[in-house]
Amino acid sequence: MPLSPCIAIPMEVPPYHLSGTVYGALLNHRTALQALGDSINQPPYRAAPQAPVLYIKPRNTLATCGAPVVVPPGVAELEVGASLGLVIGRPSCKLAENRALEYVAGYLIVNDVTVPHLSYYRPSIPFKARDGFCPLGPRVVPRAAIANPDKLTIRIYLNGELREEVSTTQLVRPVAKLLADVTDFMTLSPGDVLAVGVAYPAPQARAGERVCIEIDGIGRLENTFVGGPA
Amino acid sequence: MKLARIACAGAIHAAQPQRLADGRSGVLLTDGRSLAEEEVVWLPPLEVGTIIALGLNYAEHAKELAFTKSEEPLVFLKGPGTVLGHRGVTRRPAGVKFMHYECELAVVVGRSARGVHRADAFQHIAGYCIANDYAIRDYLENWYRPNLRVKNRDGATVLGPWLVDAADIADPGNLGLRTYVNGKLVQQGNTRDMITDVPALIEYLSSFMTLAAGDVILTGTPEGVVNVDVGDEVVCEIDGMGRLQNTIVGDQLFGR
Repeated sequence: MPLSPCIAIPMEVPPYHLSGTVYGALLNHRTALQALGDSINQPPYRAAPQAPVLYIKPRNTLATCGAPVVVPPGVAELEVGASLGLVIGRPSCKLAENRALEYVAGYLIVNDVTVPHLSYYRPSIPFKARDGFCPLGPRVVPRAAIANPDKLTIRIYLNGELREEVSTTQLVRPVAKLLADVTDFMTLSPGDVLAVGVAYPAPQARAGERVCIEIDGIGRLENTFVGGPA
Repeated sequence: MKLARIACAGAIHAAQPQRLADGRSGVLLTDGRSLAEEEVVWLPPLEVGTIIALGLNYAEHAKELAFTKSEEPLVFLKGPGTVLGHRGVTRRPAGVKFMHYECELAVVVGRSARGVHRADAFQHIAGYCIANDYAIRDYLENWYRPNLRVKNRDGATVLGPWLVDAADIADPGNLGLRTYVNGKLVQQGNTRDMITDVPALIEYLSSFMTLAAGDVILTGTPEGVVNVDVGDEVVCEIDGMGRLQNTIVGDQLFGR
């Protein structure tokens, strides 16, 4: 039973294509953690996250630049989860922080589209794993093209108007530290993507709006949100 | 038919389980070779797509944890790096206090499913495997619980020994599951006690996402999970499907 191929994103460095597995780091942007305030110490959480908390955007969610994102019936708006994405170049297990970046093949933009919801207690699969809910791209830029992944500005535009500007300088675990801590408990494989963290508040967009995420040196990931059947 | 994927003598082969002339368990390769079970390397029976796992899907187990049927199924996802074949080894990190097996019926999707009603669900199933979905509870945090550090560890989702054709399982809603640690029966249940059964799971999941051929649904585990230690041999068994064996090893083998 051969698997259907993963979406094609232009990539001119090994491994030349994505694996189809996309991981995201929850609450790895300081603004997102701060927004929870003292509730992180209250039930059901009872403590701040210790190890990296990851989620998976499965292969049915993957989409390219330009693909429409369907807003499900009964949902007014979707969150635009703008994040820098690391593309893994070599099998990565138990990486040392000071060597971790060497295992990155390149970078792309991830839009972790999410149905707004309040709780992080249970994995939010019906809110995060809908078809087409993870546009990626527009291409993978080689690692060498980005001087410092912890110093990138991310701009989010709705219908061409700048809505938010955030920075990877505010990651709870900067890129190399995140790779070291994640690969301590699981191996990342060539072509895997790791979204490093979404800032708070994530802008929300409704059907009919054109969403663009821009990262200097990587490009612009543009997708239009549309209404449609479930 | 039961179809395994094994490696031997420099290649990967499809193989069917077979009793050897001397009575031992073995496999018959498509090229005609017969080999004993321990003479081959057992790979996961398929290249997995999305792995969807269910938590608290058995009545008794959920009752202990005050999980009621009125709630939506507790679903989480796992990456492909966690999958391991029959007769493999799974690492128990030094210092952890509670690592346990979970014997589960794994459903393998054979045909794309989107918006499928439960009455039609079986048309989308290719077959079934046994899964042993380990967890290390020491790492449990209340964020996207169960978090990946607990459930998505390298080689901690044992799948196999083979893929059993859907046609060979008359009723996936009435299969006995058992786990043995070092030969002692420690976990016992039946798939009829699932809170959300296999066709209902396919209806639920396909209501918000497209399931594709090669996706695997791990349908949850009954009560009776106990700690396992380095050196333990863990065998998960499901009626009519065989026995899935795994051994717990320490950090040393992994250079840690």
